[in-house]
Formats: sequence, structure tokens, C-alpha cells
Amino acid sequence: MTTHSTDRQSPGAGAAGSKAAAAIEKARAEGRAALIGYLPAGFPDVQTTIDAGIAMAENGVDLIEIGIPYSDPVMDGHVIQEATVEALANGFTVPRIFDVVEGITRATDAAVLVMTYWNPVMRMGVRTFSERLAAAGGAGLITPDLIPDEAAEWLEVSEELGLDRVFLVAPSTSPQRMQATVDASRGFVYAVSVMGVTGARTSVGAAAQAVVDAAHRAGAERVCVGLGVSSSAQVREIGAYADGVIVGTALVAALRDGGVEAVAELTRELSTGTAKVPAGGAA
Amino acid sequence: MTDMHQDSGLQGADAGAADAIDAGTAEAFLSHDQTLRHAPGPYFGAYGGRWMPESLIAALDELQDTFEKAKADPEFTAQVAELNKNYAGRPSLLTEAQRFAEHCGGVRVFLKREDLNHTGSHKINNVLGQALIAKRMGKTRVIAETGAGQHGVASATAAALLGLECVVYMGAEDTRRQALNVARMQLLGATVIPVTNGSQTLKDAINDALRDWVANVETTHYLLGTAAGAHPFPSMVRYFHEVIGDEAREQILEQTGKLPDAVCACVGGGSNAIGMFHGFLDDRDVALYGFEAGGEGVETGRHAATITLGRPGVLHGARSYLMQDEDGQTMESHSISAGLDYPGVGPEHAYLADIGRAKYEPITDAEAMEAFKILSRTEGIIPAIETAHALAGAMKVGQRLAADLAPGEQASDKIIVVNLSGRGDKDVATAAGYFDLLPDDSAEQEIAQEGEQL
Repeated sequence: MTTHSTDRQSPGAGAAGSKAAAAIEKARAEGRAALIGYLPAGFPDVQTTIDAGIAMAENGVDLIEIGIPYSDPVMDGHVIQEATVEALANGFTVPRIFDVVEGITRATDAAVLVMTYWNPVMRMGVRTFSERLAAAGGAGLITPDLIPDEAAEWLEVSEELGLDRVFLVAPSTSPQRMQATVDASRGFVYAVSVMGVTGARTSVGAAAQAVVDAAHRAGAERVCVGLGVSSSAQVREIGAYADGVIVGTALVAALRDGGVEAVAELTRELSTGTAKVPAGGAA
Repeated sequence: MTDMHQDSGLQGADAGAADAIDAGTAEAFLSHDQTLRHAPGPYFGAYGGRWMPESLIAALDELQDTFEKAKADPEFTAQVAELNKNYAGRPSLLTEAQRFAEHCGGVRVFLKREDLNHTGSHKINNVLGQALIAKRMGKTRVIAETGAGQHGVASATAAALLGLECVVYMGAEDTRRQALNVARMQLLGATVIPVTNGSQTLKDAINDALRDWVANVETTHYLLGTAAGAHPFPSMVRYFHEVIGDEAREQILEQTGKLPDAVCACVGGGSNAIGMFHGFLDDRDVALYGFEAGGEGVETGRHAATITLGRPGVLHGARSYLMQDEDGQTMESHSISAGLDYPGVGPEHAYLADIGRAKYEPITDAEAMEAFKILSRTEGIIPAIETAHALAGAMKVGQRLAADLAPGEQASDKIIVVNLSGRGDKDVATAAGYFDLLPDDSAEQEIAQEGEQL
């Protein structure tokens, strides 16, 4: 069903021009796993999202992931859903995502990806959305409910505009689907650490490493792990085998409870875990 | 997959593409001896597919594989047939409604009596089939969503019968309004989890069921209650309801010697309608009508007329018509009938609407309640309020047929089959409140004001 062409750039085939790839490679050159921070747009308002995004970039985040609040976020747990419900109640509308992206990219060098469920993109039109995202300086999209099988139009438009396509792979992903998804991705591959939804967990377990290893074997050069990561200790553990570590819920909770300063503080703490430990030293 | 609809090239296309589908497609299929029956998915024209998190794709593959093998296994089909006959009470009757027909322009009206099934609606057909599929996959637990409680009760029933653990997700507000249905599910051994996320309605119950499924997919089957969702759910749920249309077609031929002029059903997600329509899809002279919930009137914005007013989009795993705002956020639907109160619709209906094979029209709360009252008083059958939408639609269709007779034709030459998808016992408090039949100080009055559907 997947119709991607063989010459399409994938994480396995290098990724010239990919902002996400460049950010991860820069971290790698510094002996670190990349740190990726997530916040939903418009929580509690657009300016705060921009300020918090800049604070993350200034305190050790390599890549910023901004979520579009959506009415039916099936991959998100309570903390993120409550934040997005509040953002929508506060009047967030989808076109404002481009203000957020532009506000952050204008003030920092961080690559900014948009995390979105697919219907808002489809509603605006895949091409229109993509063109506006590119114009705002965005790196690309992370798509939790879009699999490559259904992504024909997005594959075409993102290729044309040089936008990153971050698809998800999971512990349940078959070897065939792993290969197809790695081939269809651009920038990096998002490895879901556990079978579940977003939310802080004390441990992400052994499944995460198996997913990362499988993605690497399928040719992915950059595999980042998300879901359940909330501390520098977890960042250290995952950073030992993954190319990047994604933190969401913990940052959202920090913003909710302590504002932008708390986001900056947690980012600093998380970034202490990104240094790649020499072989045998991981503990 | 050899599905002729599959390779449409339209998946992922934007909304405009779907609108451009040639309305003559159904005609073309039929005039070339091609069939619309047994469409296997994943695509129905530009609709359907799998707009789902990768984490669930393996489970959908396993389900599809198990379902395909089960369909081809005589032992499985015999099991389904046996449960349908000796547990659910099939075949359901086809009853001619002579006094009700007087309100339908004088055409002949026949009711397909799904209300006489065990648990009181068509829902039992699907839950028995899917619970057997769950057992074949070695799953020990089923989860389900429910609005008013009909599908939750049916799921709890099938789980009890087959020895499966059952968890039902239900909007928190609904669990308060439907306290008796919650008790019913608990009596059957199920656990009911109130959903406090989002708008706390049916769509949020589906969201939470999906979250549960992602986390517990090893042991758990998601027993989806309607012909929507990701492939293979739309075609699988239809398969288990095809018995409705198959029986009805045979029965109407037996009782009248000919096919009906029109078939009517109500459409929320669309499971009873697709099961009924399927029997007649290739009978080009049989008009198919789906009646959506027009709520307080489609002009008020408070309705659930998804095909009438929605736009193509993706929700809960399928591309279909969807009630959404200009940002693509799902809008809240409204209907006096909880079973039709859903902002999406099954993808096969979206396809049948686009190609013109079936017509979809809204019926307001007031029109449905009038039909509810008329059927009760003319036939001694209290229908579910969902079903009352189909009855109100049949009244309109009958009057149109009677007004449009060819020379020499009589109204009584025309035949309508209506899917009487469920009985109205659960709706007595709502109806009593609506028709102001309760004393002001009764406990039922208080319940009715909250919209309870018992």
C-alpha cells in the first residue's frame, strides 16, 4: 500500500536539508543524545508557548516539538489532554500554530517540529498547511495518527518543500512495517517506548531499546524515544542507545505548575542526562 | 486484496476531491454486473482506511487476519448461526404495519423486527460475532464504548455468555443519566468506567477505549459497536449485521412476491442501516434511505446530521463525513436519541451517499417523536427513539411514493421495508417527559428532565 519512491530521502539515506537531522547530528558531534522538548501550543496562551519554547532552546533542548491542541487526542494521557482542552477553551485556533513556530524560530536556532493529529491538517489542506509551516520556519511534522500507508499526499508535499516527516514506530511494529516506516521517514524516527499513551512513567522498560535497535537495523540513522520520559536519569538511560530523547508530559506539568521558569529549570536538569556515557559506563 | 474500490487513488486527498466523485458510479457498477455487496475495505471509494496510531496497526492486522479466516471456516459460521438462532432469537419477524401505513400515504409498510432480538435491538448480531472473534484470537478481555448503554449492555451480555472480562467506557454525564443501564451492565458482570475527558460524550468514550486498547492490546479486543472506525471494523461489523438485510429480502419476497420500492433505516454510526441496506445494494430498483438525527433542526446547528452537513475528515480511524469546525476540531452533536448522537458516520455510508446509491436525510427530534407516538398507537409497538427516525422517514417516503404514482398504479402497490432496529423500553422515561405524561412530583419526572433513557 505504501507508495514511497526509492530515491526519497530517509533517515537511512542521509538527510541533507533536514532541520531535525541537523539538530540531532550537531548533538551527536558534541557527544550527546539530542534532547527534544514538547509543549502544546496556546497553553495557557500563544505568547507563553513562544516564551517557553525559547526558554527550552536556551537551556539545552536541541529540537522543539509543538503540539496542535485537538478535540480527540487518542495518543495523549490526562496531563497533555487537560492542557490542550484549556488551550482550546482559551481560544487557540489552528492557524496560530504558525505564529508559535515563527516566534520560536526567529529567536533561536532550535529546529521546531509540529506534532499534530491529522484531521486539522487535512481540514486546512495538506499543501496549504505545509506551505505555511515552511514559511514560518518549521522543520516538519510529527504525526501520531498518520501511518505512511495513508500519507501519499503528505509524502509528496513534504518532499517538495523539504519538510521532515516523523512517523512513529512501536513495540508492536512488525519488521515489514518497521522497514516501510523507516523508509518513509525524514529527519528521525519516533520510537514509542511503551504500549500506551503519553504520560510520565517511572520506567520505560526494555521494549524501548528493542524498538530503537530494530529501527537502526532497518537503516534509520536517527531514532528518538518518546513516551514516559520525565527525569535526567531516564534521559541518561535512553540516551545510551538512542539518538535523541523526547520529553513531553513532565514539561507540560512544569509549565502548568511553575510557568516558563519551571520549564527552563526542568530543561536544564534533563540536559544533564544527555552526555553519551562511554561503553560499559551506563548505569 | 482484490477490492475494486480499494485502489481509488483518493486516500489522503483533500475534502474537495471526495465531492467530485461521479454520481453515476453506482449506475455504472450495476449496469456492468458489478456488485456493491461484500465490499471488503479498507477503502470504500475515498473513505475508510486506517487513520490510527502505529501502535494499534498490528492488532488491526491480527483482527483482519482472524476475521478473514473465520469467515471462511464453516465451524465459525455455524457457531454464529447457532447463536443467532438459539440465543438471539433469529430470524427476526417481518411484520406488516397496516394501520401505521395509513400515515405513510397508504403504501404497504413492513417492519423488520430487530426489536425482538435478545437485548432488544440489532446490536446483539455484532457483539456475538465479535466476541467469538475475540475468543479465536485468544483474547480474554473485551472493551467497548457506549452512549445510552445499548451497545454496552449488548457487549456485557456477549462477554457473560462467552466467559470474557468486559470493561465499558461511558461518558461520565451519561453514567449519571443512564444509571439503570450502568446497573444492567454491572449485573451482567461488566465494569463501567465513567469518562471525564473532553466533552464526556460517546466520542470521548471511544477515545478512552482506544487508549485502553493501546495499553492492553495483548489481552484485549476492542468490541466497537458500529460500522465505523479503522479497517477491518466497518466491513466486519457490517458482515455480522448482513443477516438483517438477507432475512428481510427473503421475507418480503415470500410475503409479497416482489422486492420493495424503498428500504428505510436510521443512521448514527450506521450499523443497523448498513446491515439492512446490504441485502438490497444490487437491487437497483430498490431505493435506500438513511435517516440521520436532525436534532432541533439542521439550521440550528444542534443536530447529528453528519452526511447531510458534514465534511470529509478523519476520526477514530476512518476517513468519512464528519461534523467538524473550520479548524478540523470535532463538533458536538445533538439528538434526542443517544444512539444517533455521534459526530461521525461509517465510511461505507459516506461512499454510498457520494455515488448516489443511498440517500441520507435529516429527521428532527419533533418528527421522530411524532412517529414514535404514531407507531405505538397504531401497531402496539413502542420503538426505540433511534428507530423512530427511520419511521418518520418512512412516513415521508411513503407520502412521496403515493404522490408520484404512475397512471393505473395504486398506493397499495408500493412497498416500504423499515428496519425496526430496537425497542423503546429504554426510552419510556424520555418519551413520558417529552409528552408530559408524568406528575410533576414523580421521581420519573426528575429523571426525564435529565434525558434519561432507561
